Amino acid sequence: MTASNNGFSVIGKPLPKPDAVSKVTGRAIYADDMLPARTLHCRILRSPHPHARILSIDTSAARRMAGVQAVITGADLPIKFGILPVTQDERALEHEKVRYVGDPIAAVAAVDEEIAAAACDAISVEYEVLEPVMTIDEALAESKDERIQDYGGPNNIHKLVALEFGDVEGGFASADHIREDVFFFQGNTHLPMEQHSAIATFIDGRVTLWSSTQVVHYVHRALSKVLELPMNRIRVIGAAHGGGFGGKTDPFAHEIIVCKLAMLTGRPVKCTLTREEVFYAHRGRHPVLMWVRTGVTKSGLITAMHFRSALDGGAYGSYGVASTFYTGALQTVTYDIPAYRFEGCRVFTNKPPCGPKRGHGTPQPRFALELHLEKIAHDLGIDPVDLKQRNFVKPMTRTVNWLRVTSCGLDECTEKVMTASGYRDREKRRGHGMGFAISSYLSGAGTAIYWNDMPHSEVQIKVDRGGVTAYCGAMDIGQGSDSVLAAIVAEELGIQAADVRLVTADTDTTPIDLGSYSSRVTFMAGNAAIEAARKMRALLVEAAAAKMGCAADAVAVGGARVGDFSFEEATILAEARFGTLTSAGSYTPPKIAGPFKGSGVGPSPAYSYSACVVDLDADPRTGLIHLNKVWIAHDVGRAINPLLVEGQVEGSVYMGLGEALMEEQEFRKGLHKWPSMLEYKSPTFLDMPEVETFIVETVDPEGPYGAKEAGQGPLLPVIPAVSAAVFDALGVWIDEVPVTPEKIVEALRRKEKGEPARFGPSRFPAIPYPACIQVEPPPRELDASAASI
Amino acid sequence: MAREVDRQVVVLEVNGERAQLLLPVHKTLLEVLREDMQLTGTKHGCELGECGTCTVLVDGKPELSCLVLPVQVEGRAITTIEGMAKGSELHPLQQAFAELGAAQCGYCTPGILLAAKSLLESGAPTRDEIREALAGNLCRCTGYSKILDAVELAAVRIKASSPLAGEVARSAGGDVKPA
Repeated sequence: MTASNNGFSVIGKPLPKPDAVSKVTGRAIYADDMLPARTLHCRILRSPHPHARILSIDTSAARRMAGVQAVITGADLPIKFGILPVTQDERALEHEKVRYVGDPIAAVAAVDEEIAAAACDAISVEYEVLEPVMTIDEALAESKDERIQDYGGPNNIHKLVALEFGDVEGGFASADHIREDVFFFQGNTHLPMEQHSAIATFIDGRVTLWSSTQVVHYVHRALSKVLELPMNRIRVIGAAHGGGFGGKTDPFAHEIIVCKLAMLTGRPVKCTLTREEVFYAHRGRHPVLMWVRTGVTKSGLITAMHFRSALDGGAYGSYGVASTFYTGALQTVTYDIPAYRFEGCRVFTNKPPCGPKRGHGTPQPRFALELHLEKIAHDLGIDPVDLKQRNFVKPMTRTVNWLRVTSCGLDECTEKVMTASGYRDREKRRGHGMGFAISSYLSGAGTAIYWNDMPHSEVQIKVDRGGVTAYCGAMDIGQGSDSVLAAIVAEELGIQAADVRLVTADTDTTPIDLGSYSSRVTFMAGNAAIEAARKMRALLVEAAAAKMGCAADAVAVGGARVGDFSFEEATILAEARFGTLTSAGSYTPPKIAGPFKGSGVGPSPAYSYSACVVDLDADPRTGLIHLNKVWIAHDVGRAINPLLVEGQVEGSVYMGLGEALMEEQEFRKGLHKWPSMLEYKSPTFLDMPEVETFIVETVDPEGPYGAKEAGQGPLLPVIPAVSAAVFDALGVWIDEVPVTPEKIVEALRRKEKGEPARFGPSRFPAIPYPACIQVEPPPRELDASAASI
Repeated sequence: MAREVDRQVVVLEVNGERAQLLLPVHKTLLEVLREDMQLTGTKHGCELGECGTCTVLVDGKPELSCLVLPVQVEGRAITTIEGMAKGSELHPLQQAFAELGAAQCGYCTPGILLAAKSLLESGAPTRDEIREALAGNLCRCTGYSKILDAVELAAVRIKASSPLAGEVARSAGGDVKPA
């Protein structure tokens, strides 16, 4: 732990979370723990076919069953919704067409779960089965029966993107060496330990929903639309959260269904998904096929890059348009690429919809980019770490695609892991390898999901008779956003974090925060909290100064004292002077998006940076990998709570290793091959190596106390570092995630036969990308005083 | 009642308290703890015996409550997370987990704490022995590192039976001090 305190009293301290004791004693209340009197249990009938038209639904037998209180179908909830305004393509229940095995069709509320399940079995649905579309290649071709969705195209293409920044052909013409590679990143899922759960009541004409969600505000909006109720008649509360990782960031069918059933029955209605249903809810990592072509000088400096991606999106839009842009957005944020062309494509397939998982759309291109540069370094006979370092972006610059880079700790992160791991002096023997990679991630998306000019996060503070309460819509999903709020308010008011009461993630009682996604909460809610707390501090100081008969700037705040008074005395003075003590702060990101269509995806007020070294042994006979150790350095700007930053970094390393080595979402004949925790392999205690974490603090100019994100970025470099280490160990490239023993053995076999020593996709398909939108690059040097472009 | 199901009177001893319950014979111990006894500290991740989340102790040994029928554990001592602290004094494992950030979302935490409690009954284990003992409990947040650290810290404190450790544990309801 290398974080510093720098004169702060709370910021930088490794404090336990405010809810640590409730979590270790089993007292935290998750959505499924709630069981109000007369609760009805909901089960959902789901499609057994990957692609079919619904000809009829007969619920009469289910309705007649004793204990069944309500049965609903798509006719009861016909309004479409979706997380992005441009892809409102989902229904809570489908009554016309199903698009993947698991698509919801009907729902039952009954006095117990078994009756609800039996009633679902009693619903008869007549289908016209259609030919499923299961791969990117099939989606690009003409459909045998009909398209999955009625928008997008041609064929089952959902979205096409083509952007060009600067003189790409000129850049390639001036290159001394050009290389092309193709990579594939298999899809995988979040696998939160908590199954999604939601419970709703309908009392006094108002719907209240408690849910395991990352985004109370977006759920609130979707409920209002589909239930046709004004938002002021709906309350959404984030229950204690059992893990998200991006998997609970969409509004979900079961959330809408329990509200509708509560409205119909007048009783509380709860729905908790089975583990199998969680695999169908999905919204996980897109499978992405990638092609990249890069030109470099003799010394390895990049002159131009052309990157193509094809995303297998599953059956619905979800965040897919954003995911598509993200596969091309952040390449430029780590490496100085003077000319850049990006062509992206997302297709629909008859599988559970993909969406945002930790790193949203960027781990796949990061895997491709890092390995591609490794290969270029080998072509040129340059050490790959040297080649990458020569191309690192510099702080306070703008990238060719208009992204604003402020603080950047790439060099320091690299130095930390190089030194600690001994990478440059590593033991070179067959079977032993070390791999290095870097990455970057957003500290919150610079634009909201739906277009508006309102703040992205707001905090209110109430002080009354010595007690401080902070209100914020931010949802703590276990990452520690509550800790960040408490620490900031305490720091500014000169009290302890444990003295701050928190009210969060409740649309009735808290001001807005857009939610726990895109690593935005520390940066945005943190800045809002600073503003609110400083306003409150000013009131306390003014009241104390008046009593002391001195100027406000002579009043010291800290150690639970305000000037000559205890904190409690100061609050009484201030309340007497000003009346009710409240303050508010808000945060709106700077308008930094570039002047072109599609520029809304990629900008962030600040980027985190990471560097990673993986040390492993790979058995050339079996292909089995043994992880020896992982070193990771993460530029978090400033660690508001280094204990929680370490936790986020270690958790990211773990999840990256799972994706790199074993996790994959696979389908056979339209069916998920392994929708269970036993068969969907994820790392256990025995698979996880020791991790050495370095926190690097670059003190970002706009972050709260200089802080940036920590929850997603550190996942990204782990995956390419594993594959690079396998090459170091055995001399074969595994250009496909996950890196499994079978693929290693096959690559070694090919190498022995004199074929290319690799395992990976052989080709990138022909995709009808439109002509590129040509964008002039921005001025390269960033004027630090001008936040906006 | 909506329909007739076979029921049986079962006497369970949970966290030292005896309860007589009339239960459908097929209901699992997990469901009975959560739904009939309101002991919702025991969580579920798969209900198929795959993830370890629902671990409870039966006569001090970890069992997956989703795979146990109440009739199988009549007359045996069942411990759930609610029975781990002594009043408001946290068990050293709970204390260490809180201090070291070993619980992020906290959902796998009750099961892991109980499995670790069983392990520590037989002395201070090595880091590899902890890994082995907890390998049946999945956690998606922490990367396991902080959990291993916390179990080691608790083992040291239990072994030392340090009065200081007791002091820290007693203050846990409010002001938790970092290690």
